[in-house]
Amino acid sequence: MTPLLQVRDLAKFYGSRRGCEGVSFDLYPGEVMGIVGESGSGKSTLLSCLAGHLPPDRGEVIFDTHGHGPRDTLTMSEPERRMLMRTDWAFVHQHARDGLRMGVSAGGNVGERMMAVGARHYGDIRAQAIDWLGRVEIAADRVDDKPQAFSGGMQQRLQIARNLVTGPRLVFMDEPTGGLDVSVQARLLDLLRGLVREMGLSAIIVTHDLAVVRLLADRLMVMKDGRVVEDGLTDQVLDDPQHGYTQLLVSSVLQV
Amino acid sequence: MTDYNFAYLDEQTKRMIRRAILKALAIPGYQVPFASREMPMPYGWGTGGVQVSAACLTPGDTFKVIDQGADDTTNAVSIRKFFEKTARVATTEETARASIIQTRHRIPEEALSEDQILVYQVPIPEPLRFLEPSEVETRKMHALEEYGLMHVKLYEDISQHGAIATAYAYPVKVEGRYVMDPSPIPKFDNPKLSMAAIQLFGAGREQRIYALPPYTKVVSLDFEDHPFEPTKAAHDCDLCGAADSYLDEVIMDDAGGRMFVCSDTDYCRARRAAGHIGAQGAPYEEATA
Repeated sequence: MTPLLQVRDLAKFYGSRRGCEGVSFDLYPGEVMGIVGESGSGKSTLLSCLAGHLPPDRGEVIFDTHGHGPRDTLTMSEPERRMLMRTDWAFVHQHARDGLRMGVSAGGNVGERMMAVGARHYGDIRAQAIDWLGRVEIAADRVDDKPQAFSGGMQQRLQIARNLVTGPRLVFMDEPTGGLDVSVQARLLDLLRGLVREMGLSAIIVTHDLAVVRLLADRLMVMKDGRVVEDGLTDQVLDDPQHGYTQLLVSSVLQV
Repeated sequence: MTDYNFAYLDEQTKRMIRRAILKALAIPGYQVPFASREMPMPYGWGTGGVQVSAACLTPGDTFKVIDQGADDTTNAVSIRKFFEKTARVATTEETARASIIQTRHRIPEEALSEDQILVYQVPIPEPLRFLEPSEVETRKMHALEEYGLMHVKLYEDISQHGAIATAYAYPVKVEGRYVMDPSPIPKFDNPKLSMAAIQLFGAGREQRIYALPPYTKVVSLDFEDHPFEPTKAAHDCDLCGAADSYLDEVIMDDAGGRMFVCSDTDYCRARRAAGHIGAQGAPYEEATA
């Protein structure tokens, strides 16, 4: 089986300061990988490099494209990479406002990706937008409301609908539950878990919340100071942490 | 008056603008940056159009200016006087006699011919501007032909109003490539954009020139189930009785009285001179025209 994403020796420096270095892994179709670490450990830098938002200084990010098989996304032409970003890839931002058009209705937000790949039938676009709002538990009568009128949790769910509507194969998520209260977090996680399983998505989730990776991720990478210090199956890493930093991280979780 | 160079601008500036115009004609719909000059009028009054006209005028030209279709509004009168003074070219109000027509908001009703140039005054040349504020990003979108966002605007129109409510500055796709804002003309005029005359668009404040060569294919954007429809007031002209021209609504009193008249004053005058009379029209007399 061809891995969906192969990352080889990825490195990004900010001047002489290390963003991340020496990151290599394979991600297989249907697999969800979590990246955890403290603030400043390089996990967001890594995600930005993977998703093509930041040019890394070294390394390869090889994606198994639909038409042409595995290709290095860093050496692709910009139109190809941007096409990938709005078809096979999706990016869920921590703050929904970064990922949504706040001046455009919920339906328009969900419809944008469809129109970006050529949908030109209003009725179809709208029906699919309403269908997707339903799947993220937003009532159909909110389809013409702007995201400003939504709560934080609804905005986040809208962002997820907007990203998943074109059936991407790989989703990047940057702290998808950050800034939400715990009960809303729980519902969002439930929803994400359902969608990921149902659509057979692969996902890379960056978070500092161990509960999120415990629920969603099959595999886990622990980062510290820009390097991966431990990786493995989620339950294995969380239940039997080997590296000193991972042990600290796991023991820091508050037990209620 | 010999204090001005012909048509106000100096020769170097006109050469610079002509180069931009040639490039714009070579890439229909593409916005060519140019070094817009200060003109003796405020931005928004047609500084872009005036510079393009100045670069195109020759002493043998006949010049016509319309504003909202009319030859006799402030903006049209001042620009016409400006070139009468600085270029001493002949001016006219008759569409067919003009070789260069500068316009704001309208395309003349009468079909233009191959030896005419239509110059538009453009306020905001970027059709994606109100959807994407970043110029860097919009240029990239044009370069990569990423125009999905334009349809988001039309989608929003339909979801709010039940139909595409954009009535002017209706986006078009030029020769299957660039999405272009056809200046603030009503969408009634959009089908006329494929025409025999050269069309030049000048945006002074935004420093952009773009163009449509003769017979360029121009398609108004729409949805399959909400096709593009040119619209006009459902009336005939009250002065000349024309049923096919774009109409202005004129409020007559404070008791709800109103009349609809052709926005193209020259078209209306010519029809009345030919003996057509609308519902509220009087027989045409040369002296009252």
